Amino acid sequence: MTTAPEQERPIGFGRLKRKEDPRFIRGQGNYVDDIVLPGMLHGAILRSPVAHARIVSVDTSEAAAHPKVRAVITGADLEPLNLAWMPTLSSDTQSVLATDKVRFQGQEVAFVVADDRYAARDALELIRVEYDILDPVIDPHHALDEGAPVIRDDLEGKTDNHIFDWESGDADACDRVFAGADVVVIQDMVYPRVHPAPLETCGAVADYDQVTGKLTLYETTQAPHAHRTLYAIVAGIPEHKIRVISPDIGGGFGGKVGIYPGYVCAVVGSIVTGKPVKWVEDRSENLISTAFARDYHMTGEIAATSDGTILAVRTKVLADHGAHNGTAQPTKYPAGFFHVFTGSYDLQAAHCKVTGVYTNKAPGGVAYACSFRVTEAVYLVERMVDVLAAELDMDPAELRMRNLIQPDQFPYTTKTGWEYDSGDYPTTLRKALDLAGYEDLRREQAERRERRVRTSEASGGGPGVREPLMGIGVGFFTEAVGAGPRRHMDILGLGMADSSEVRVHPTGKAVVRLSVQTQGQGHETTFAQIVSEELGIPPEDIDVVHGDTDQTPFGLGTYGSRSTPVSGAAVAITSRKVRDKARSIAAGMLEVSADDLEWEKGRFFVKGDPDSARTIADIAMAAHGAADLPDGMEGSLEAITTYNPPNLTYPFGAYVCVVDIDPTTGETKVRRFVAVDDCGTRINPMIIEGQVHGGLADGVGMALMEIIDFDEFGNCLGGSFMDYLMPTAMEVPDWETDFTVTPSPHHPIGAKGVGESATVGSPPVIMNAVVDALSVHGVRHIDMPATPSKVWEAIHTATADER
Amino acid sequence: MDVTLSVNGIEYQRDVEPRMLLVHFLRDELGLTGTHWGCDTSNCGTCVVLIDGEPVKSCTTLAAMTVGHDVLTVEGLEQDGRLDPVQQGFMEEHGLQCGFCTPGMMLTARALLDANPDPSTDEIREAISGQLCRCTGYATIVRSIRWAAERGAGGNGAGPAAGDRTEAQEQEVGS
Repeated sequence: MTTAPEQERPIGFGRLKRKEDPRFIRGQGNYVDDIVLPGMLHGAILRSPVAHARIVSVDTSEAAAHPKVRAVITGADLEPLNLAWMPTLSSDTQSVLATDKVRFQGQEVAFVVADDRYAARDALELIRVEYDILDPVIDPHHALDEGAPVIRDDLEGKTDNHIFDWESGDADACDRVFAGADVVVIQDMVYPRVHPAPLETCGAVADYDQVTGKLTLYETTQAPHAHRTLYAIVAGIPEHKIRVISPDIGGGFGGKVGIYPGYVCAVVGSIVTGKPVKWVEDRSENLISTAFARDYHMTGEIAATSDGTILAVRTKVLADHGAHNGTAQPTKYPAGFFHVFTGSYDLQAAHCKVTGVYTNKAPGGVAYACSFRVTEAVYLVERMVDVLAAELDMDPAELRMRNLIQPDQFPYTTKTGWEYDSGDYPTTLRKALDLAGYEDLRREQAERRERRVRTSEASGGGPGVREPLMGIGVGFFTEAVGAGPRRHMDILGLGMADSSEVRVHPTGKAVVRLSVQTQGQGHETTFAQIVSEELGIPPEDIDVVHGDTDQTPFGLGTYGSRSTPVSGAAVAITSRKVRDKARSIAAGMLEVSADDLEWEKGRFFVKGDPDSARTIADIAMAAHGAADLPDGMEGSLEAITTYNPPNLTYPFGAYVCVVDIDPTTGETKVRRFVAVDDCGTRINPMIIEGQVHGGLADGVGMALMEIIDFDEFGNCLGGSFMDYLMPTAMEVPDWETDFTVTPSPHHPIGAKGVGESATVGSPPVIMNAVVDALSVHGVRHIDMPATPSKVWEAIHTATADER
Repeated sequence: MDVTLSVNGIEYQRDVEPRMLLVHFLRDELGLTGTHWGCDTSNCGTCVVLIDGEPVKSCTTLAAMTVGHDVLTVEGLEQDGRLDPVQQGFMEEHGLQCGFCTPGMMLTARALLDANPDPSTDEIREAISGQLCRCTGYATIVRSIRWAAERGAGGNGAGPAAGDRTEAQEQEVGS
């Protein structure tokens, strides 16, 4: 359960260079757009230029007459096939190609199949669509207004834009605690709509064999098996006749969990033309139409004693889900795991109410380290704790330290029903503060503030006010990952379990087959290391097979940091089954009882006689050989497991951020970022560090730069990388990372998952630092992203005394 | 139109539409799919190749504009079975995750080290600031390039000489 010492080529856990890298650094990756099949045609989608309109007519005749066009498909063509609409991951429906209305800018209206990608795009220009423009609903706060245009009039009996109300916690108990509290603070905050924007956009190559009836679909998907099942249900193609291949994926971040109309169009295109059809969206299509994240409009309240004991947290949330409820959440939880907003603190009460509404915006609500809304929850509570610290005039680190759940309280049941598995929160927070040199930072900040006031006064408001504003942010997060126990968690009726198969070949090499899907997380390395740790076979001798439904067992895929907690557990257990069988075979080979054997990585030996031993390779050959095996034992060395997690795992971490804000431009520079993460047992420290780094950069993006905004007509204002800004190497610091190790008690190897931790944990910490810097101007909160203009405005409109 | 250009030291000739972008010429006409496409607007840099040793975004360059110039793509970094130290550095320092931005990042690094064999981390960050990576948070990319610099990877203008061979000669060698 501890981290292996540094070895160049560890057998098992440790810092191992990635097995997937040799192909990537040679440009030999195999992404969906790299796939070329004989006779392949190219598809392109015509999208709605407006947010809300009735379709009067679609004239495709001119496009169809283009010499290079092989097919033009509209919603009207799909209706008789029952394919014009498809289910979303939240049991809503979404148009594949619009028939009655368009409901967001960028919605799919028609699909052209042509000889090459340029011709397909040319033909889009030749399609004539007549729209009857309708009033759009853009501001979610007005979505439920009396008389608001009804977006989803396709739903029978629908007379408003309401999707769901959902509550968690005990409202009455919470009210009682609030009523008796010394201090109550309230704060509105918006977690704006952002986009995962992986560098590879979404795409597919569909290849339908007219003779065998088999569909091979290469797709950018994080969940190949779930997709296959849904295609079978939606398209009516028998499931065994569908093969989904998810080759190398150029980043996912949750954006490749759902099924997009383009995938279905590629399939229809291939069926119609009898040829393979490739469809790859461009960047604007990616940003305006595929799954966004967040868009939570929250009111947080926190109750405390005057000496800083946090008593309760409650919140009301307005969730903007866009035109279709396409959020990928377990069925029971329409707001995902948002009710983990109680955070890392020992509370007396908590309550939340979430209302989901339709607006004329792109559907989704899944993506960007999808995290099942833990990201929003952690942001809420961590900002609220800082708002409380400001109210109490307490140090925010001290306030957190005072209220953290203590190690002896685990397993800890929260007021909203989660059972946190393990943790030593104070140690982790202390480590982060020490690493940052927190006391010194506060001293430096005080000196700078004093100097600023002094020089400003001396010069009559001169140079001093141009001194950078230094801000220090602190935060602590608890993640809820590894969804999940099937009695609680399913997506469209599919239980959230994952399977694995391990087979040791006669010569002692092995293959492990996974149902999860890497998008850069390094599964080919990490999962080989899990098998290696359990069986003692070197990782380079273990082939990891994934991303092909014909070659792998069923499971729900990779999102919400669930690969290691769920599939990693499956692989460990499968490997142990193989090891148990190997023990019996070895006992026969050595003519001793299985109980007399001792295991050390890679071999069994007779207790007290280390030279009497059989290696895994010896045993594998015997298992497949001619010699007798113990009675009833089959001659092979393989096993399969489907792992149904008994609980989620709860990684956590403590972060400290230092920012410097230029008061003349409002520009925020992240000077330092210290991250101490605890993801339980560490399989590959190099990969873990990489995952944390990436998440921290995401956090800088969300906190300071990224937003998918809309104008009053529903035009998307973040529809290209010129408008949707993401961090470059210039906007992020050299990360300072460290870790603690608190294994999960219920996970076979104690690992908790880490992919999303930093994405979840870092945005509030950066914003805490920004607000801390601006606090000298009386600012208590600003919403993300803290762009230069927004920060400048906050400085200049602050009503407090200018210091 | 007829387009003849040198890619990784091999001369290629193709009859393509005048509007064909270099990225599509490389990927679709030559099958060099290591050059990626990510944004259309010169912002993401997954399409970066070197033209006469300078990093250029091939998604906003016409193939026709590169006639007579030497293009180096990721496929040309490895020479005679020897990895470019930049490639080695990315593996050593975990400079990649999904691998999509990696070819462009490595080519920019190659151009940087050719011009400045011992760049500071600030200089590296500036050099790659026209390119996006969504996975790594950049620190390990910076380390990867430093790894190469510390092993004397700079200044040699790696990559094959222009037009060493024609495509026909290349195929002959291969057969």
